[in-house]
Amino acid sequence: MAVHMLIAGFGGQGVLFAGKIVAYTGMIEEKQVSWLPSYGPEMRGGTANCSVCIDEKPIGCPIVLEPQTLIVMNRPSYDKFVDAVAPGGIMIYDSTLIDAECSRTDITVAAVPATKMANDNGLHGLSNIIMLGQTLKQTQFCSLDVLKEAMKKCIPPRKQHLLEPNLKALQLGYEYSC
Amino acid sequence: MGQKFLMKGNEAIAEAAIRNGCIHFFGYPITPQTEVSAYMSKVLPKIGGTFLQAESEIAAINMVLGASSCGVRAMTSSSSPGISLKSEGVSYIAGSDLPCVILNVMRGGPGLGGIQPSQSDYWQATKALGHGDFQLLVFAPATVQEIVNLMGTAFDLAEKYRMPALILADGMLGQMMEPVEFPEKKTELPARPWATTGTKEKRKPNIINSLYLKPDELERTVVERFERYDVIKENEVRVEEYLTEDAEYIVVAYGATARVVRSAVESARAQGIKAGLIRPITLWPFPEKTIANAAKRVKSMLTVEMSMGQMVEDVRLAVNGMCGVSFFGRTGGIVPTPAEVLHEICKLAGGAE
Repeated sequence: MAVHMLIAGFGGQGVLFAGKIVAYTGMIEEKQVSWLPSYGPEMRGGTANCSVCIDEKPIGCPIVLEPQTLIVMNRPSYDKFVDAVAPGGIMIYDSTLIDAECSRTDITVAAVPATKMANDNGLHGLSNIIMLGQTLKQTQFCSLDVLKEAMKKCIPPRKQHLLEPNLKALQLGYEYSC
Repeated sequence: MGQKFLMKGNEAIAEAAIRNGCIHFFGYPITPQTEVSAYMSKVLPKIGGTFLQAESEIAAINMVLGASSCGVRAMTSSSSPGISLKSEGVSYIAGSDLPCVILNVMRGGPGLGGIQPSQSDYWQATKALGHGDFQLLVFAPATVQEIVNLMGTAFDLAEKYRMPALILADGMLGQMMEPVEFPEKKTELPARPWATTGTKEKRKPNIINSLYLKPDELERTVVERFERYDVIKENEVRVEEYLTEDAEYIVVAYGATARVVRSAVESARAQGIKAGLIRPITLWPFPEKTIANAAKRVKSMLTVEMSMGQMVEDVRLAVNGMCGVSFFGRTGGIVPTPAEVLHEICKLAGGAE
């Protein structure tokens, strides 16, 4: 399926990294892929986001303005993007950090207490991957195996010890019931 | 070709340069192209190349002049304000008939401007990147793969015609990642009999120079150069046409903007509007003939840029009154949206407003 995804949060939450994993799933499936980050001062602790497109045909505009899928991990990003989600699309948000009642009825909304789940399970800093797991469950944008393979490709050889906790976080997010 | 890598435009351009035999890089960091320098600094020292972070952009371009004089492939890269600083050196390189590749990952201007994508250096790139009568080969890639493909072309043509080539990208292309394949590493580079490599007392010294105090001599060198430019205009134009065959409305756009336009053209087609896209890949030489031919058969044209309207002047010159040419642009680091461009196409087609 085509992916038109926006991932947004604070710099440091692994927003860009999560996007990179999604992009790799498209590469593994030999599709057209683009990954576009926000760059500039917002990378240093402010809000950061990245656009990921996967399609069978060449990607035109790589900026995702009306996401089919929005993964949102902090309040400023929620406020900024909640109304941008395409009708019929889905928003998955970290309910530990975002206290909000979404009034939109034309999109699917999934609340995942990802930061709390990460902290409770000794997976500090992996809330992004928990969110990704839930996104996969909700949208099935690729198979779980492909996502795991993509994750392996994104973790450099010298950081292979991080693969196991990442896979654990992915499973945790995937199995969570909203 | 073979394995695919997911890479940022900036990193891909550095790798592509290296594979095309350019192992001498002189730069100075500036957002949004710093990854080029960073990549070069990691790789070049390990393969016997030169990575040098100069004290300024001006120094970097003059180091390129020196390296190229000595007969090696050399490049520098920067973003808009840094390119302005390089202009004196670029003019000297052109005046010395030296090949080199310069990368401009454009950001918003004028002045220090901003760091978000822009195309407001079109005039600078195609009309006057420095003083004097001269042109650069100007390439405008639209995808990371095309950046890689054009890198080899830029070096080859720069050497074939002995002139600087400019890759005109923007912050979006530099920062985005796409899957890319690389060509095999070039091991044999064309001979440079003009380079200052030492005479070994077997030939007359080669002199690299851009100073000609006798007007008739200077005029002759400039005229000779322009004769080469005529050959280039005849043979080296590169352009992509998308859905133009039956198009009634054609949008002209280059680089990252052309991708936005492509999306808008597809949406227009879905609404039954016969829209098409002409995407200049070389901005100099400009695809005048393609645009002029299209102008004969369309109802009107639209130019979209991330500027206040620069390339639109060349489009109008090529169209030469054969059809109307309107303009839509955003500037300062704002990228036009497909919806905005679609709206403009609909206006042409009489659908909106």
